[in-house]
Amino acid sequence: MESRLFYLMDLGKKLPVMNDIHKTDEFLIKGCQSKVWVYPSFVRGKLQFEADSNTEITKGLVYLLWSVWNNRTPEEINATDLYFIEKIGMQNMIGSQRSNGFANMIRQMRQYAAVYAQAPKRA
Amino acid sequence: MTKGMHDIETIRKQFPLLHEKINGKSLVYFDNAATTQKPQRVLDALNQYYTHDNANIHRAAHSLAARATEYFEATRKTVQQFIHAAEVEEVIFTKGVTESINLVAQTYGRSVLKPGDEVLITGMEHHSNIVPWQMICEEKGAILRVIPVNDAGELLLDSIDTLLTIKTKILSCVWVSNALGTINPVKKLIEYAHTVGAVVLLDGAQACAHLEVDVQDLDCDFLAMSSHKLYGPTGVGVLYGKRALLDAMPPYQGGGEMIQEVTFAKTTYNELPYKFEAGTPNIADVIAFGKAIEFVNETGKETLSKIESGLMEHCSKGFDSINEKYPGTSPIVRIGTAHKKISVQSFILPAMHPFDVGMMLDARGIAVRTGHHCTQPLMRHFGLEGTIRASFAAYNTEQEIDVFIQALENIVRHSNK
Repeated sequence: MESRLFYLMDLGKKLPVMNDIHKTDEFLIKGCQSKVWVYPSFVRGKLQFEADSNTEITKGLVYLLWSVWNNRTPEEINATDLYFIEKIGMQNMIGSQRSNGFANMIRQMRQYAAVYAQAPKRA
Repeated sequence: MTKGMHDIETIRKQFPLLHEKINGKSLVYFDNAATTQKPQRVLDALNQYYTHDNANIHRAAHSLAARATEYFEATRKTVQQFIHAAEVEEVIFTKGVTESINLVAQTYGRSVLKPGDEVLITGMEHHSNIVPWQMICEEKGAILRVIPVNDAGELLLDSIDTLLTIKTKILSCVWVSNALGTINPVKKLIEYAHTVGAVVLLDGAQACAHLEVDVQDLDCDFLAMSSHKLYGPTGVGVLYGKRALLDAMPPYQGGGEMIQEVTFAKTTYNELPYKFEAGTPNIADVIAFGKAIEFVNETGKETLSKIESGLMEHCSKGFDSINEKYPGTSPIVRIGTAHKKISVQSFILPAMHPFDVGMMLDARGIAVRTGHHCTQPLMRHFGLEGTIRASFAAYNTEQEIDVFIQALENIVRHSNK
C-alpha cells in the first residue's frame, strides 16, 4: 500500500506544469480534501487538460486521468471504461471519502468533454 | 518488566479497540487529542444501561426509573469531585465543550454584554471558542480581542494590560492547546482577569484528561469539559459554573426538565442544575462517562501523566534522530515548542503536504491527524495550512513510537530522492 502511494507521488511529478493563471476557484474540483485544479481547452477537435494539486498523492491521481484523457476527442473520453480504478484497488488505497473526490475529477473531466462535444466542428 | 511498562500493559489491556487491525496492520492510535479510546468498563456501562437499567430519569415513579436517576446523579457527584467543585449543582451536563461554550455565550454573554464591551480570547483557540463569541459579539455590538501567540506557541503576555482591561467582560481561554499541546498559565490569567472585573471561562477539553483540575483553586468562573477526550463516550460534556453566576443566568434551551411550572401565561424555571438541562439527557453516556472518570481516578492522573511524558521524550528523540541524518536541513520541523506541554506534538515535513504524510502513515496503520485541527487562525499565525499532529495517551507504547519514527524516516528518505 505504502509503495503504491509513493508510486502515485512519483507519477504526479510527471504532470506537466499548470499555468498559474488557470488555478482559479472556477477550475477547482469540488468535494476534494486537497485542492485539485483541472483546466480544459479544445484544440483541433481534441481536449487538452492542464491539471495540478497542492498534495502529491492527489496529483498522482490526477496524472492517472490525465495520462488516459489528455489529447483525446470528446467521444473517446465519453467511451472510456476506466477499468483500472477498481483493478488497482483505489477504494482501499485512498478510502471512500477521497474516492468521492476522485469520482468528482472524473465527472468534471467528462463534463468538459460533453461541453466540447457540442462545439461546432472545424471544416 | 519495569514498573512503567507494567503500568502501560495494565492500562492497555483495558482498551479493546487498541488490539484491532486496520487495513491488515496493527493499529497505532496517535489521535487521542481528537478522541480517546474507551476502556472496557465504559463499554460495559453503555450495554448494562440499555440491557438492565434503561428508564427515563427524574420524577421517578417506579423503581427502574429511580435506579437510572440514581446512577445518572451519581455521575454528577463523580464529576463534582473530579473537578473539586464546591457544589454538585454547579455541574451541568451538556453535549460537550462546544455546547458548554455556546451556552455561556448565549446566556451569560447575552445578558451581560453591551455595545463597546470586550470579549478576550487567544490566538490559539479552537473554533468552538472563537465562533460562539463572534456570534454574540456581533449581536450585542461587543468587540472580540485576541491575546497573541509567539513562535513557540505560547501566549504573549507582555501587553496583557492593554488587552485585559475594565472594558473586558469575559476572558475565554483554552487551558491546553489541542493543536500545539501548550499549557497556558491560566491561574495567573484568572487572577488578573478578576482584578479588572472580567469573568473567565476555561476551555478544558484537552486539560481535563492530562492535568489536575481544581476549579476552586483556579477560581475560574466557568469550565468546559468533554467526556470523549477523557476516555468517555461522545455526546456528553460538562459546564461547570460558579453557583452565583449560574443562578443569575437565564436558561439556554427551553423544554421539559428545566421548568418548575408551565402555564400559557407564564412558565417558571427549575433550580440548578436542571435549569440548563432541557429534555431527556444522554443518560447511558453520562453514566458511562462516570466510569471513565473512575478509570482515570483508579489509574491515577500522575501515573498517566508520567507515562505520557515518557512517550513525548521518546518521540522527541526519534525526531532528532531523523533530523541528525540530514544535517543542514530539517526534514521534521516541530510546531509548538512551549516550555510546558502535554503529550501532543504537531510537526511538518517542509518537503511534503501534511495530507500526503498522513496518508503514508495511515498505510502503515498509524493514525494521526492532519490539517488545521479546527484552529485556522493559529495555523495562519505559523504561515501554515495545517500540520501533522501526533497525540499520545498512556496506553500508547514506545514500540508504537518506533514504528511511527521508522515510517517517517521512510517518507523523508523518499522525498529526498
